[in-house]
This record gives sequence, C-alpha cells and structure tokens, in this order.
Amino acid sequence: MTLTTSGGQRLLWLLLAACLAALPASAQTPDDEFRAVLAELREASFSDKESIADKLIATSHMSARPVLTALLEDRLFVRSQDQQIFIVSSTEESRTQYELIDPVSLSRAGSAPVDELTKIGTNNRLRRFLRITIARGALANPDPDVRRAAVRELLRSLDASAIELLRQRKTEETDARVLYEIDTALALATLDDGDAAARVAAVQTLSERLSPEVRNRLAALIERNDDGSFAESDEGVRVAAAAAIETIDTARSLYSGVETLFFGLSLGSVLVLVAIGLAITFGVMGVINMAHGELMMLGAYTTYVVQTALPGYIEWSVLIAVPAAFLVAGLAGVLIERTIIRFLYGRPLETLLATFGVSLILQQLVRTVFSANNRSVITPSWMSGTLPINDALSITYNRLYIVIFSLIVFGLLLAVLKRTRLGLDIRAVSQNRAMARAMGIRSEWVDAMTFGLGAGIAGVAGVALSQLTNVGPNLGQSYIIDSFMVVVFGGVGNLWGTLIGGISLGVINKLLEPYAGAVLGKILVLVVLILFIQRRPRGLFPQTGRAAEAA
Amino acid sequence: MSAIAGRLPLSFSDRESLWFLSILAVIAIAVPILNLAVPPSSPLHVSTYVLTLVGKYLCYAMLAIAVDLIWGFCGILSLGHAAFFALGGYAMGMYLMRQIGTRGVYGHPVLPDFMVFLNWTDLPWFWYGFDRFWFAMLMVAVVPAVLAYVFGWLAFRSRVTGVYLSIMTQALSYALMLAFFRNDMGFGGNNGFTDFKDILGFDLQQDTTRSVLLVVTVAALAASYCVCRAIVASRAGRVIRAIRDAESRTRFLGYRVESYKLWVFVFSAVVAGVAGALYVPQVGIINPSEFEPINSIEVVIWVAVGGRGTLFGAAAGAALVNYAKTYFTAALPEVWLYALGAIFVGVTLFLPRGLAGLMPAASRGK
Repeated sequence: MTLTTSGGQRLLWLLLAACLAALPASAQTPDDEFRAVLAELREASFSDKESIADKLIATSHMSARPVLTALLEDRLFVRSQDQQIFIVSSTEESRTQYELIDPVSLSRAGSAPVDELTKIGTNNRLRRFLRITIARGALANPDPDVRRAAVRELLRSLDASAIELLRQRKTEETDARVLYEIDTALALATLDDGDAAARVAAVQTLSERLSPEVRNRLAALIERNDDGSFAESDEGVRVAAAAAIETIDTARSLYSGVETLFFGLSLGSVLVLVAIGLAITFGVMGVINMAHGELMMLGAYTTYVVQTALPGYIEWSVLIAVPAAFLVAGLAGVLIERTIIRFLYGRPLETLLATFGVSLILQQLVRTVFSANNRSVITPSWMSGTLPINDALSITYNRLYIVIFSLIVFGLLLAVLKRTRLGLDIRAVSQNRAMARAMGIRSEWVDAMTFGLGAGIAGVAGVALSQLTNVGPNLGQSYIIDSFMVVVFGGVGNLWGTLIGGISLGVINKLLEPYAGAVLGKILVLVVLILFIQRRPRGLFPQTGRAAEAA
Repeated sequence: MSAIAGRLPLSFSDRESLWFLSILAVIAIAVPILNLAVPPSSPLHVSTYVLTLVGKYLCYAMLAIAVDLIWGFCGILSLGHAAFFALGGYAMGMYLMRQIGTRGVYGHPVLPDFMVFLNWTDLPWFWYGFDRFWFAMLMVAVVPAVLAYVFGWLAFRSRVTGVYLSIMTQALSYALMLAFFRNDMGFGGNNGFTDFKDILGFDLQQDTTRSVLLVVTVAALAASYCVCRAIVASRAGRVIRAIRDAESRTRFLGYRVESYKLWVFVFSAVVAGVAGALYVPQVGIINPSEFEPINSIEVVIWVAVGGRGTLFGAAAGAALVNYAKTYFTAALPEVWLYALGAIFVGVTLFLPRGLAGLMPAASRGK
C-alpha cells in the first residue's frame, strides 16, 4: 500500500516537474497563437472562416470549442473601439448591455453597450460546418456523456457529412450507450437513402427507440402527401413503420404510467412525512394538534436559518438542518405540551381549539421575526437535476430523495417505538395509562416525550417541505388538512396505516390528475375520503382489541 | 368533554331572553334612527360604516347561535359551518348578480360580467330562477339544508363522532373552497360576486336600504334565537342534551339518536345559510375565502368565548370577538393573530364556560 502510494507520488512529482519545465515556453505560445488565429476572424469571408475554424481546432486550445460554439450561436462579437473579439454570455433582446467573456481565458471581461459591438456573422453553410466541427471534437471527447450529447445534437438535423462522421465514429466507439445513439442516427439516415429492405431494417431498429424525434420521423413515413400518394413509396416499409409506431406508443404510455406512479409515490411520501408526526400525537396520544402544520413551518425556517448562518456549507445545509429542525420543533412541542395540552387530556375538542390558537401565535411569531414574505431556501446541487432513465422517463432527484427520506424517517420512528425503552413506555401509556403508572412509568414524562417526538418529526418534515414549496408563514396551513386526512384514512394509532394511507392517497391523487385536473382531482379525493369514512369510520386499519375500546 | 358539558349552565330563564331581545330591539330602533334622522354633524350620528359593521356583527351572531345549537347542546363540533354560511351567501349573491342586469361592465342583459369575460354564451342551468327573489330565498335555506342532510345522514348513520366528525366537516368546507375557487364552476372563481346594485328594486348604497337590512337582520337573529331556545327547552331539546352528555346511553334508552342529530344539524345549517344571505348584501361581496377552514374555527371560538350552551352567550361572543378584531386589525394589525391565538388558548384553559360562566349564579336564574 505504502509502496504504491509513494510510487504514485513520485510519478506525480515527475509529471509536475515536466509541466513546470514546459511552462515558460508553452504558456506564452498557445494563447498568443490562439489569439492570432482568432483575430483573423474579424475580416474573413465565410469560406475563410471555415479554414480559420479548422486552425482554431488544430491549436487544441481549451477555448477552441467554446469560441466555435459561440460563433455558431451568434454570440461572438467585435468591440468597435479596440477591434477585440469577445464572447457574449447572452444576447437576449431586452438587454442593452452585453456581458463580455474573454475568448482565450474564458473569464469575465466586463460589459459593453449593444451598439458598440459588431457580430461576427455566419451563413447556413458555415453553421453546418461549425456544427460538424464541434461535434467531431465532442465525439473524440473521453467522457461518454459528452459523446452521447454530441450524437443527439447531430441527430436533430442529419446531413451527408454528419452521417459520414457518425459512420466513422461507429467503428471506434466502445461505449454501448453512445453506440445505441449512433445506431438511432444511422437508422434515421437510412430511412432517407437506403433501399427498401434496408429501410425496413432501419424501421425495426427505430421501433425500440422512445424519443419523440424518432416517433415523428416514423409518423411522417405513413402520412400522405397533398396529392394523395404516400410519403413513403414502399408498402412493406409503411407496414413496418405503422407497427413500429404502435410499439413505441405502447412503450411510451407504459413509461408515462410509470412516471405518474412515481409522481404519486413521491407525493404520497410527502404526505406520509407530514402525517407521520401527527400519527404519533393524534394516533398514539389522542391529541388533536392543529399546530402540527406550524411545527413543520418551524422546521422549514430552521433550514433557512441554517443556510443563512452557514453560507459556506450550502451542500450540507439540508443534512445539518434535519437534526436541528428535530430539536427546534421537538422543544417547541414539549413546551406546548407542558404549558397547554397537559391540562386538556381527555377533552379532544378543547385541545383542538387551544392548539389552533397556538398555531395562530406561531404563524404571527414567524411573521414578526422573519417578515410575512416567503424566504428562499437554496436547493443543494446534489438534490437538483434529473436522473434520466430513457428518452421517455426521467426522475428528478429531489423527488427521489424525498421518497427515500420519508422511508428512512418512517423506519427510524418504527424502530424507536418498537425497539427502545421510550417506545415501550409510549406504547404502555397509550394502551393503559393507569397500569403503566402502577408499573412505575412516569406517564407525564412519557406524554411530554411522545409529543416532543411527534413535533420533532413534524420539524423534520418541514426540512423536506422547504425543498418543495415556498417557506412562508402559511406553509403549515396548506398541509394540515391533508395530513389529518392521511391519518384518518389510514386508521388512527397505526403507523403502517399512515404509510399505506399516505402513499395510496398520493398515487390516487396523481392518477386522477390527468383526467380531472389538479384542483378537481383534489376535491374528488376529499369527497371520496368523506364517503370512505362513512363506510369505515375507523380507517383502513382500525385498531382492534382493548385499545380500540378505550379510544 | 362530557364532564365539562355536564357542568354547563342550563340557563333559559326568561330574564336572559328578555335582556337579549331587548338589546336587539334597542339596536333595531336606535341605530337606524341615529343614522338616518340625526345629522352627520351631531356627535350622536351613527355613520354608514358603523351601521354596516353592526349589521355584520349581527349576521355573525346568528352564525354563532347556529354553531352553539349543535355544539353547545348536541356536542357536535362542526368545523364547517362557515361553508353553510357561505352557501347561503352565494345564493343571495346569485340573486343580486342577476339584478345587476344591463348595468354591468359588459351590459349583458342575462349573463353576469364574469361569464361574459369567460366567453360563456348561455346561463348555466343552476343559475335559472335566481332572478326571482322568492326562489333565491328558498335556495338560501334549501342548499345548506340539503348539503347538511346528505352529509349528516352519511356521518351520523355510520356513527362518525367527535374529532373525526370535526375533521370531516373541515374537509368538506375545504373541498367546497377549492371548488368555488375554480372559474369553470360558474361562481365567479376567486373574485366571487361583487358590485351589487339593488335588492328588490332598492339601491344597496342608500342608507335607508341598509337600515332596513339591519332591521331585517335583527328580526332574523331574534327569530332564530327564539326558535333555538324553543327547541332546547322542548322535550326534544332534553333528548339532544342527553345525546351530548351520554350518546350511547340515550341510544340504549330507545331514542333514535341519528334522527335527532340529523335534524338539529340541518336546522343549524339553515340558520347559518340565512345569516350568510343577510351578510352578503350588507358587506357587498362574497368570494370563496368565506369557505376557508379558519373561518369555521373562528366561529367556534366566538361561541367558546361567549359561553357554550347559552345561545345569548354565543351571540355576545361573536359581537365581542369581532369588535376586537375590527379594533386590532385597524390599530395594531400585527397583534391581532397573537390576541386571537391567546383567546383560543386562554378560553379553553381558564374559561371553559366562557364569559357567560363568569356571571353570578343568581343572575343565571338557576
């Protein structure tokens, strides 16, 4: 181990030394050379620009591709005053000043008014040439993702040179996913110029693809021209294309079903997360905590405070906020229990009113401290973005993490209740308070801890919500009815009921949405729930035995 | 809960009713006179703003009595009574919208402005008949009654009680709010109805019309108080109280608990609907925010502040809390929610019988 490390280190040092030795000579030349070639662009004709582009690539300077991309996208400008060439970051029409980027170092170089800049123009031929040139560079990139993106870019508008480039690449390519994209592109190309048999084979290859471009291209095959003749002359190709479209549509609708299901699952796990704290306070203790939503709000604001206090640790902020929010909301919960709720045990309706009062006070407290405006909570970069599964299905990371997170919280809570001393005490007190006290359990302490546990989990849910919705004083209100619905639906006093209830409500909601719209879907779910409670007043999984009698 | 309920005062001495009705009579006579007959320069003059405010409080008092009837006497904590109130208000609003006629912004003879705006060409079927006052008044009672009947029939038959029932009523109100927020429901979306012109041909902006509305509201409040009092003092009223205190025992004694609960619930919903119908022409607007769950909960706190199971206490609580709200939201807006929250907590902890519970036992007549 030590040997390898030192060997590696020595190699590293050698390399570094070599670089340092080469530096004085090469540090000047490539940049200057690049800049010199670039300067030729100012006065070149369109055909000259092609050869200049080739030269730029030939310098193998790291700025070559960004510059050519900028040229392709009409973002390469000459500044009138000193004839310097700059890349412009964005050419939105509303702007009067363009942000300038130095084309060699790619660092910011101030800004300039629009009318002091002259665009370096392109024509169709040059653009096609640039596209191919850039793609060729990208296809040689060691990162397979860059290569895939390049193939996809070429696939949008195929021409002879692009096809040639892809054919050539296919022989060298080793990555299966890049090959897959190349096959798609080549099959699309074959549709234009292959013979009938080759076209049928191409259609068959394409029938396994899911992207909308492929489907549109196949659909064009079976369309009729204005004069009534088919766009595709060969009968066999048309039949194959029709079959391929059907295959693609079936697969796409399957994946969109999977996507809906996943949306439902993620909504369901949000519901589980917001309801599970309530399942403790309402289900186990029988306390209606209308301030539950506001405890979640406290958790969300804790996330905000953590991010404000530790601006250097945004990536970690959510992970730091989870225990912090648990503590903040949990302590608030213990405080509420000790000062208010303990006087109201056995009077559920009064508890409901008093905790509602607490919720109003907490809302106003947050308005006083943080103002009534929404606070912006930053999403860490590892939580944003999507995980592409295929062309028809991609999963956003934040939804994925919410599902995982709520399952973890559920598992931990279950473990606390089933495996710890506190859990044992909680269950004992909720089943038979008098007997538990006789056994020496301090029921008052257990009450406070139980309520604190439920409240703390509400705070943890708030951290998750801060990544999904606006963090404002009304955050809690919008979830409180949903969370009660989940608990009532699943059956009071049953954590598994809450899990299944929450997830099925989420899935039902998302399944209804395409047909009924978001709002009407929600109304339908509420109405169905109201009817459901009439049929099964104690929820999906009612408590049985003595606990049920006592409730 | 039943332990507390058992200690609630069963106070129906005529003296209290007399006091309550006399105060109402004084309001009905004095406020319009001070508004119409006394010149604005006089310090005794009651401005139109105050007149409207009093009318609003009276409507809230009626709603509070409706809630007190079912919560204070039957033990059903409804967190959805604002929905019945709003439905009555919407029925009245539909009549008032039809009365606008060609005076709307778009001047369409039949369609209200918001429908023209949405490019609708025909009046939806559920708007038929609302150009007639008697029909609209019928709907003010019928719509809340039918909803309460259907909901109550389902809920009480399957013995959904206590907290479950409260949450269900809240969900009902929430679902209605979401529905009324939708533009294509045909109820004006989130803007609701406003810009009313006249009622039965009388201009709503006139002080005379407003004064008459106030007198009508007082009459309606007095009438609902008397009917509720008659109900709770009757033999059926004793059964209702028995249900509150020991539902199972009442059932075992052979009473049909579900029917009693259902009819009290429906009657209470009708009273709430009428209150809403009187509220809308005086306030001049109705929109879906009236369905918000917090409104229903606020009604419950009015009743709790005034005193559950007293009827007059509920009415007084409504007036008091709303006066406090008017005062605080104008003078110290940021304090109001603290105050309301503190009222919720304080009343439930320290005043389980409300302000009525503070009255000396002798004056409670029992």
